Amino acid sequence: MAQSEQGELIDGVHYHKHDVVIVGAGGAGMRAAIEAGPQVSTAVISKLYPTRSHTGAAQGGMAAALANVEEDNWEWHTYDTVKGGDYLVDQDAAEILAKEAIDAVIDLENMGLPFNRTPEGRIDQRRFGGHTREHGKAPVRRACYAADRTGHMILQTLYQNCVKHGINFFNEFYVLDLLMTEVKGETRPAGVVAYELATGELHVFQGKSIIFATGGFGKIFKTTSNAHTLTGDGVGIMWRKGLPLEDMEFFQFHPTGLAGLGILLSEAARGEGAILRNSDGERFMERYAPTIKDLAPRDIVARSMATEIREGRGAGPYKDYLYLDITHLEPAVIDAKLPDITEFARTYLGVEPYTEPVPVLPTAHYAMGGIPTTNDAEVLRSNTETVPGLYAAGECACVSVHGSNRLGTNSLLDINVFGKRAGNNAAAYAKKADWVALPKDPTAGVRKLLDHVRSGDGSERIAVIRRELQEAMDRNAQVFRTDDSLREVGDLIKTLRARYRNVQVQDKGKRFNTDLLEAVELGFLLDLAEVVVYSARNRKESRGAHMREDYPKRDDENLMVHTMAYLTGDAESAVADDHIKLDWKPVVITNYPPTERKY
Amino acid sequence: MASDVLEKGGPRAHDVVPTFTVTMIVRRFDPEVDNEPRWVDYDLQMHGTDRVLDALHKIKWEIDGSLAFRRSCAHGVCGSDAMRINGRNRLACKTLLKDLDISKPIYIEALKGLPLEKDLIVDMEPFFDSFREVQPFLMSSSKPKDGKERLQSSEERARFDDTTKCILCAACTSSCPVFWTDGQYFGPAAIVNAHRFIFDSRDEGSQVRMDILNDREGVWRCRTTFNCTDACPRGIQVTQAIAEVKQAIMRGKP
Ligand SMILES: Cc1cc2nc3c(=O)[nH]c(=O)nc-3n(C[C@H](O)[C@H](O)[C@H](O)COP(=O)(O)OP(=O)(O)OC[C@H]3O[C@@H](n4cnc5c(N)ncnc54)[C@H](O)[C@@H]3O)c2cc1C
Ligand code: SF4
Ligand code: FES
Repeated sequence: MAQSEQGELIDGVHYHKHDVVIVGAGGAGMRAAIEAGPQVSTAVISKLYPTRSHTGAAQGGMAAALANVEEDNWEWHTYDTVKGGDYLVDQDAAEILAKEAIDAVIDLENMGLPFNRTPEGRIDQRRFGGHTREHGKAPVRRACYAADRTGHMILQTLYQNCVKHGINFFNEFYVLDLLMTEVKGETRPAGVVAYELATGELHVFQGKSIIFATGGFGKIFKTTSNAHTLTGDGVGIMWRKGLPLEDMEFFQFHPTGLAGLGILLSEAARGEGAILRNSDGERFMERYAPTIKDLAPRDIVARSMATEIREGRGAGPYKDYLYLDITHLEPAVIDAKLPDITEFARTYLGVEPYTEPVPVLPTAHYAMGGIPTTNDAEVLRSNTETVPGLYAAGECACVSVHGSNRLGTNSLLDINVFGKRAGNNAAAYAKKADWVALPKDPTAGVRKLLDHVRSGDGSERIAVIRRELQEAMDRNAQVFRTDDSLREVGDLIKTLRARYRNVQVQDKGKRFNTDLLEAVELGFLLDLAEVVVYSARNRKESRGAHMREDYPKRDDENLMVHTMAYLTGDAESAVADDHIKLDWKPVVITNYPPTERKY
Repeated sequence: MASDVLEKGGPRAHDVVPTFTVTMIVRRFDPEVDNEPRWVDYDLQMHGTDRVLDALHKIKWEIDGSLAFRRSCAHGVCGSDAMRINGRNRLACKTLLKDLDISKPIYIEALKGLPLEKDLIVDMEPFFDSFREVQPFLMSSSKPKDGKERLQSSEERARFDDTTKCILCAACTSSCPVFWTDGQYFGPAAIVNAHRFIFDSRDEGSQVRMDILNDREGVWRCRTTFNCTDACPRGIQVTQAIAEVKQAIMRGKP
């Protein structure tokens, strides 16, 4: 495949031209490619081999009201999504998500995805947190799944279908810049610039439509379920281009990471009947969410766990973790439905889940915020205007279907529904649009970026700055936040940014210089952590995953609005106030006025 | 703050296995400098549940940033970091140091049989080429008329479950002595992925794949050494899958 396609070489830079250029080969990027590829010339650029993308780590399931095993409908799903997101969800978008979910799952099955089956041979479904029947009456079986490897199967199936369609991939190419050119007084995307890992050479990809599908940025935290490579490059690139980021303060902490490691144990475990217990063996979720207990949404469960630990009911020698108990499930059921996560407990903690409860703690998991888009996956440059030809989908985007707290199984859904929309809309746009001219010296920005990380005095280690950032984020911007804690981490980020200028890149070579790229990725992490903290300090209420102890109540009167953050000044200036401006964007409400959230 | 607690929260394995020192001997190769690979020793202080990947990160982050290896998920699901650990193909992120004999040095080198690029990185293209050649996608001429899913019984689904687990890490193919001597051989991973479709009740393209694998460089080159099964981090019965494909070619799809 296209690895060998080197483009046209001019002055040491490779030039490529494709109607649609997709950045990222996870679920969202490949779902888009499957739509765009057969219609117009399409290239997918990915810093990882497609099958290494973190979509493959997703475990539990993908929501769709198929009603294969019990009564269900997309309206209940819409309601649950809105309520789960603590009413910060754009309700028109949630409706699209829930309605198109059904086709999204059927598409995947038709492409070959090996779902688990019901006795009738239909796609089997199971329970997941926050998914209910009749507006909260009881948990409903809505998650379509393939054991606890749903993401793996989605990623493999999409890659297989990309192979079938002969999609052009550029693997281990790091996109580091988005090219924008002024056309009739308006900036338009013209292409992207990528750094080829194998050679250190630069490639310019000119495209009529450009889709960003670069995934999340969980690596701003230390304890996380996210891969080492989830450093938010795409979101950071948009930010540096002056495009806004939405709702960055909302980051989800998943209740059940393996204690001390952060490796995820899917909510599917609780969907299949697992129970969270404290040091007394008590099923403490009964006290916090009497109706749906362990299957309450993640923000509520994570906070309840943190409260249990705080109040001295944590387990273990230091009373600092809780237990996930599946010992009452039949080993045969565990093997059929939860094989991988039980193996993780055995491999990494040496715990046998058949007979012992597994030590767990909340782990940074999912970015609800990101690049703001319309329901057609078009990137917004303000509350209302789009950037023609520029699209985003998947975890890097904020539609917003997840509001302030995503429901489990709604992200694998999101990447399929909005990945498909992005692919189709990008292809349609490319068919009618003209090429936007490349700016003069298109690689200048990337050369400057690379020189920047290579030119300091080398007194600072990448890993040290990154670890200080991650530890401070865990300490101050995790499940509980206060103005003080956020100010503390904000101040630290300021000094880390200054120290980052002298970061040391020891590898001076051109081939597979992962040292250089780790330095670049750290730059994105610092930028995004700053926006997360700045937005979080500004939101003086508690909503969904954003819990402010100094403002414990939700404030619908003043704050039922999305945050929009803009880079306005010199990103290099130390003080965030000098270069970040915040604004609000209204939430779309159709059928569900905000009410108190009880489970 | 509860978050302080959350942060230092350690599983008990940390308490049980204390800090220890281990020597890692890594086969380094920088194509821009070296004519030949060279072995380099590192003495490292490691902790209870640390994996080989943690040790490599320690080298890269604290000693020599130029050490090159691939990794992403860090928990055995993305297939990035297959390498030779004490002579056996393993995922670095799924191999705990305490499970190796840490009284002796641990030898780390790149996968064998694929072109060495730098340090622990090999060229994966030949591997993915073989994968793509077996037409690893569902072939079916029709879609269900009702716009719903195709039906498949749990038994039919179970028939190919094992081979759906493949993460394309190349541990199997690059542990195969046949592949070492004949790089043209499709190799176990490609056959595993063909198996995944040949035994899927919904697929209509088995014959195409079986014809491809009936080739000189196909299944018949397998000499059932079982290296591949031993190497597979997903516990796939690779040798058995190859045997089943051989049978299907001889007797037709079951
Ligand atoms: C452990 C775990 C379990 C989960 N389980 C579930 C679940 O059961 N159900 C559910 O709905 N959701 C789940 N999620 C969430 C869901 O899996 C993710 O949100 C989703 O898969 C993200 O997909 P994506 O396509 O947006 O990004 P990814 O799959 O992360 O892909 C990102 C892509 O972007 C590329 N990329 C990044 N930066 C660059 C760059 N600079 N240049 C070029 N390419 C770049 C990468 O190479 C990669 O191909 C889970 C998440 C985790 C971490
Ligand atoms: S069969 Fe196993 S060893 Fe071979 S590529 Fe797949 S996961 Fe890796
Ligand atoms: S890093 Fe993903 S398998 Fe090891």
